[in-house]
This record gives sequence, structure tokens and C-alpha cells, in this order.
Amino acid sequence: MSGAEILSARADVLVLGGGLAGCWAALRAAVLGASVIVAEKGYCGTSGVAATAGPGHWWVPPEKGLRENAVSRRLAAAQGLGDPVWMMRIIERTYETLPSISSHYRYEPDDNGVIRWHALRGPEYLRALRQKVVAAGVRILDHAPAAGLLKDSAGIVTGAHGVLRQGTASEWRVRAGAVVLATGGCAFGSALLGAANNTGDGHLMAAEAGAGMSGMEFSSVFTVAPARTTMTRTMIYSFAHYYDSDGYRIVPPAGPHDNAFLAGALARGPVLCDLSAVPEDIQRQLPQISPNVVVTFRRMGIDPFRQRFPVTLTGEGTIRGVGGIRVTGPDSGCGVPGLFVAGDVASREQVTGPVSGGGAVNSAWALGSGCIAAESAVAFAGINRVLPEPAESRLAERADRAHVAREADLAGLREVIASEMLSPEKQYFRTAGNLLKTEVRLAECHRTLATLRSETTRRGQQKFRELESMLAVARWCTASALARENSLGMHRRTDTSSEEFTPFHITSCGLDMVRTRRVPVEARA
Amino acid sequence: MISVVFDERCTACNECVAVCPGDVFDARAGQSPVIARPDDCHTCFMCELYCRTDALYVAPQTDERSVSHDQAAELSGDFRRESGWDEWGDDPRLRNQHWRLEDVFRRARGV
Ligand SMILES: Cc1cc2nc3c(=O)[nH]c(=O)nc-3n(C[C@H](O)[C@H](O)[C@H](O)COP(=O)(O)OP(=O)(O)OC[C@H]3O[C@@H](n4cnc5c(N)ncnc54)[C@H](O)[C@@H]3O)c2cc1C
Ligand code: SF4
Ligand code: SF4
Repeated sequence: MSGAEILSARADVLVLGGGLAGCWAALRAAVLGASVIVAEKGYCGTSGVAATAGPGHWWVPPEKGLRENAVSRRLAAAQGLGDPVWMMRIIERTYETLPSISSHYRYEPDDNGVIRWHALRGPEYLRALRQKVVAAGVRILDHAPAAGLLKDSAGIVTGAHGVLRQGTASEWRVRAGAVVLATGGCAFGSALLGAANNTGDGHLMAAEAGAGMSGMEFSSVFTVAPARTTMTRTMIYSFAHYYDSDGYRIVPPAGPHDNAFLAGALARGPVLCDLSAVPEDIQRQLPQISPNVVVTFRRMGIDPFRQRFPVTLTGEGTIRGVGGIRVTGPDSGCGVPGLFVAGDVASREQVTGPVSGGGAVNSAWALGSGCIAAESAVAFAGINRVLPEPAESRLAERADRAHVAREADLAGLREVIASEMLSPEKQYFRTAGNLLKTEVRLAECHRTLATLRSETTRRGQQKFRELESMLAVARWCTASALARENSLGMHRRTDTSSEEFTPFHITSCGLDMVRTRRVPVEARA
Repeated sequence: MISVVFDERCTACNECVAVCPGDVFDARAGQSPVIARPDDCHTCFMCELYCRTDALYVAPQTDERSVSHDQAAELSGDFRRESGWDEWGDDPRLRNQHWRLEDVFRRARGV
């Protein structure tokens, strides 16, 4: 878009993504005295998966042995991939930091008059975070999807650039002493509530700058939702019974289980959900616990406690999966100077292992890693450092590419990604044969996309970039699932038997050529 | 999917244009915003929370915009009310009970 009007700005710290992790990072950096800009694809306060949900945080008071116990339980669940030091850090950070939200969040006491500091309803929580961020003097760029990082000639990240969806300027470019990447996980365009903007853009930007991924095989979580809706809130389904269209009960396996037992049934036909087991008091309280759940049923004309209704399984990709950008040190860095990662964009193996951290750990990670990444960014930036000229600063025009991508081209590619990455059967029951087929199809998509350049409209650029990002993430997930030959946690290989192993991570990188590596977990004392 | 803007209720404050994470609306001078890009709608309902005059209606189906105008007119505003926002903020029946969530999970597990 040469000749387009550009909004230029500079700051000590630039935060990409204004969701849970980005807001906490921006606040922390501002409190430390840095000038801060947040660039958010949607609107900081409504965007991201926390804004539409209700995150409970990992909350352990500093009382005799409680934290040690919590960490050792989580370490056991992490099956060799966890790091007790990181776990303890995010517990401490959350406990110290979260109550400060009460300046803008109206906590309501429970039936015993006690405030439960760790449980916040999403829309009010993110609204409060935005208000705090603004009050701290942070500048927010809404509707400003980042497209790429700026680097100087030494390879140090010195800012980012992107598109502006609203207003007269059509691009933005911020030069900064350091960047915190907090663009969330990647749900491959699924209908997961609040996830539509989370298309893996940050993963791609970081990879282009030289960062690697880890744990991308842990990307096979599916959540029940009423068919044709986004309402992937899980609470009420803890009382659910499921039936096929002939009225036969679909019985879950004994013991702890995920929704895999529904995948086969859904492939055969409709699955109906029965919520009549929800106790009456909870039925009455539901509108004030999770208003959006009730609104969804009411507007579909369904009485969920008396009528069975069809459900679907919605893919979460890496969101309540685990994998992401590999964290390379205690500073929440990722091996690229000047770039720090926070929240779901980062791999969370160190705090969750191969099982989902949804429900408590992920939010504590978003908050904790946000604060830590912000501190590292402030230290790296120094305040008011003179910034070198970036080596490159605009979206690659790719003028050499033959064809302009039409929406129909992009839609076709999006569909392939969805059919591979959002299929409960393919992702729950992985085999080398199926994964290889997926790999081939995605590689074809990559070759097709490489012949295309984006339309020069703002939206055309955003959508093109989103597709490139989802495709890259899909390929890293698939290659990593192939590389881990045995089942572990949510990664289920049905073609091999589980066996004892020395714990290792699968790292992945590369765009034209995807590569994976086994990295043994460092021995810990 | 975002379905209706009720022109007669809309004050053209353009709050929805700003807060919509999908950038679905376009502002118009002195008029209600238009739903310019319905296919970009996330079906997140957030615009409704921020519309103080309940001039918006989001259908819960992700793939369907058609909705009875009467139903939309009757139901719109329920999300904002049940969330206890704005003028509903002091109604004790609408107090945020999100803190119950973990207790509900515990009861479902039988503990
Ligand atoms: C339904 C649901 C319920 C959940 N419940 C819990 C729970 O109870 N407890 C728990 O611990 N965790 C829970 N989680 C997980 C928790 O919400 C996430 O871990 C947390 O929101 C992660 O924060 P984040 O900032 O990394 O990502 P998000 O909150 O998703 O924010 C990412 C932000 O980045 C923006 N963005 C994306 N791309 C770009 C770009 N190119 N440029 C600029 N901005 C961009 C997005 O618009 C978004 O606003 C839940 C998740 C879901 C989906
Ligand atoms: S928020 Fe409501 S009142 Fe304001 S412009 Fe949008 S529809 Fe109209
Ligand atoms: S439901 Fe969400 S994405 Fe759709 S118009 Fe409303 S705020 Fe925008």
C-alpha cells in the first residue's frame, strides 16, 4: 500500500495483543515507568478468549505447605515436562497482583461474605483491565492487527507494524525498545467463543524473527457447545448426559476422560445433550453466573433443562491446548533479543505439562508471564533509549507473486485447515498415516499460498496474514504430532503403544521446510 | 451472528463500532451504524453489553442472520440486564455470581 497514510509512534515497550496477558504486561511496564503502547487486533476490553469467558486463576495462599503441595500435584500431572520454579513464580505473581483489579472490578462476596479473588467474570474483568491500562497512561491502538516485527541490522527487535482497520491512516508502525508478544493461542478459525482474532499471527511473527515453537502436538482439545453456536463455556456440561438420535445413551469411559468419546458418535450422527441433572438452584443462578450461556439457549428457543438439544465439538487448537512459542529463559524471552512472550502465544508446558491448563493455570500463566515479560522488556529497553533505524518496516509487498488472493481462494484454504485441524476424529485419534496425509495437504496449501499476494485493502492484508499464520501453526502442530510417536497427555496416538520414556519436548520451526527436534528436559534437582 | 440494529432505539453513539472485536460495523454521520461485514461477526455478544439503549441483537447461531424482528425486539437487552450492567448495576437480584462456578464444578463431581 505505498503512499498510504501511516500512523507512526514510539514507546519504551510495545505490547502486541490486548487480551489478558497483554493488559497485565502493559500495566506492569507502565508501573515501572516505561512509556507503553498496546496494539490490539480487535478492541482491548472485548477481544480475546478471557473477555467472553470467566477465568478462574490458580490461587494458592502462602500458607504452610499449600503452595508446595499444589506445585507437586501439578508436577505429577505434567508428566516430566513441568518446571516447579515457573509454577511457583506464577502462583506468587497471581496472588500478589490480581487483587489490584478491585480498583475497577466489582467483586461480589460469596454466601459466606468472602471475596474469591481468583474468580472473575470475563466481560467485567477485561473492561476493568482496559480502564486500569488507560489510567496508567498506556496508549491503546484498537483495531490495529500487528503484521510483523521490526528489527535493526543486528537482529534486535525494535518494534512492529501492522494494519489499522478504522480511521484515516491505514497502517501503523511503532518503534520500541522492546516488544511483548501476547497475541493469544491459535484456534484455526473455529467457533470457539472469543477466539476469532486468535489466528496465530504472533507465532508467525516470532518465527520469522527466529523464535521456535514447543509442544505443538498438545493441540487437541475439543469442547462441547450447542450446535451452530459459539457457546463453549464448560461449566453446565459437567452435569450433562449424551444420547444419540435413537435415544441410546452415549456412555463416557470410567475415570478421568475428555470429550473423545463423543467424537465417534458425532461422526455417526447427531448427539443430543440432556441437562436435566443440573440441580434446580444452579438452574436459577445460571443467568448471573454465566449470562451468555442462558442468552444463547433462550434465543434458540431451547429450555436446556427440560429439552434435549444437539451439540457439537468445537476445536480449540492451542488455546486450551498447550503448545506455542518456546520460552527460553526465566525472563520469558524466546531467544530473539528484544522480544518477550506472554500468555497463550507461549508454550505452557513448563506450568501445565501435556494436559490443558484451562480452568486455573492458563490465566495465572497469562498474568504471571505478562508481568515477567514486561519487566524483562523494560530492563531490555532501558527507558528512553535511542532506537536504531529498523532495517525493514513495511508489509512485504510480494509484488513478485503472480496472483492476487481473492476471498474465495483464501476461503478454500481456510476450509482445508479447518477440515484437518478441527476434526475431532483426526485430532483425538492420531496415527502416523493420518498425520502424514494432513501434512501433505497442508504443504500443498503452503505452496499455493506462496504464489499469492494479498489484496492491498486493509482487510485483505489482515485476512491474508491470518491465513499464513494459521497455516504455519497447523503445520508445526502436525509435524510435532508426527514427531512424538507415543501418546502423552492430550496427544493421543492410536497407532503406537505407550511406553516409558525420558521426558522430552518436541520443538518445531521453519516455514518452507518445517523441522522438528526432540529436546530432552533438563535434569532438575 | 449480528442480526439487527434497531434504528429507532439507536442514539448513534458509535460505541458498538469501537468495541466490536470483529470490526463489523461502519459508522454513518448522524445515523445508526450499518452492519457492514456480518460475515466477520464472532457471535461474541459483546456489542450488546456496550449498547446502553439495547439497540442491537445478536442471534446465537453463527451461520444465520435471519431472525424474527419481533423476537429480536423482545429479547434484546437480556444479556446486558442479566449481566447487571449500567442501570441494572444496583439490582441485588442481578449481582454477579460468577464466583459460584468452581462450586458448581465441585458439586458435579460429587464433592
Ligand atoms: C471458554 C474459555 C474459558 C476459559 N476459562 C479459563 C479458566 O477458567 N481458567 C483459566 O486459567 N483459563 C481459562 N481459559 C484460558 C484463558 O482464558 C487464557 O489462557 C487467557 O485468556 C490467555 O490470555 P492471552 O492474553 O494470552 O490471550 P487472549 O486473552 O486470547 O488475548 C489475545 C489477544 O491478542 C489479540 N491479537 C491476536 N492477533 C493479534 C495481532 N496480529 N495483532 C494484535 N493483536 C492480536 C486478540 O485479538 C486478543 O485480544 C479459558 C479459555 C476459554 C476459551
Ligand atoms: S452502541 Fe447502540 S446506540 Fe450506540 S451506535 Fe451502536 S447500536 Fe446505536
Ligand atoms: S457479536 Fe461480537 S463480533 Fe458480532 S457484531 Fe457483536 S461485538 Fe461484533
